[in-house]
Amino acid sequence: MRIKFANKGTTLIVSILGELDHHSAEYARQKIDNEIMKSTTKNIVFDFSKLSFMDSSGIGVIMGRYKNVRELNGKTAIVNSDSRIKRIVEMAGILKIMPMYGSINEAIQNMQ
Amino acid sequence: MKLYKICSKGRVAIIMQKRPINEMRLEFLSKSSNESFARVVAAAFVSQLDPTLEELADVKTAVSEAVTNAIIHGYEDMSGYVRMECKLYDDSVEIAVIDEGKGIEDIELARRPLYTSKPEMERSGMGFTVMESFMDRVDVFSAPGKGTTVVMYKTFKSVSR
Repeated sequence: MRIKFANKGTTLIVSILGELDHHSAEYARQKIDNEIMKSTTKNIVFDFSKLSFMDSSGIGVIMGRYKNVRELNGKTAIVNSDSRIKRIVEMAGILKIMPMYGSINEAIQNMQ
Repeated sequence: MKLYKICSKGRVAIIMQKRPINEMRLEFLSKSSNESFARVVAAAFVSQLDPTLEELADVKTAVSEAVTNAIIHGYEDMSGYVRMECKLYDDSVEIAVIDEGKGIEDIELARRPLYTSKPEMERSGMGFTVMESFMDRVDVFSAPGKGTTVVMYKTFKSVSR
């Protein structure tokens, strides 16, 4: 698993490439939290277009980051997730607390 | 896979016991790096039946959940072996994930959506719910100190005609 970051204003775009499971979750957590600390991040967009696998460990990663930015009054969104990942995310009730968009641009427009 | 018939007086009899067409057993250390190993092996074995990619991904996700549970809840900080036993039938699979770890005190509670014994680890409590959703049936056998066996069943609708 690899993680790429990009900043658009106060929004941090987190692209996760590869497989997000319990094994890679701890690394993902640290890496994302470090990035939140060092940049002027308020909102987070999770880009799942290159995420080939995710199980319920990924839900913990998303929820944990959501809680972290919420303390800064920031928002979280998910973009480009396939139907399987969407199903897992939906199951955990995540779509009740954060929106899902079809593209990064759409997410950023709606989060400003 | 067993087929049951309800007889008179509510008795249940096995009327047919299907034989697996293939079987596989795998044993590996309770290291988190083996989670992807286990789900890839399960998917490769099941692919003999020629299910759809979607169905294969269902199996991978469910196996990942069961093996993760064995590693983080069954063995916690200890090291032990996780066993995976797969049986293939004409159009279905039965996968058992077995650990000899600390076992589950309250199985019903453990299976409840969003319940987790480890919220501090950012566990979502969705493991069993995901297994149940992606497989047809999930049975859990466990007792404190006796380890845990999770058996998951799935029929591949694309294969069965």
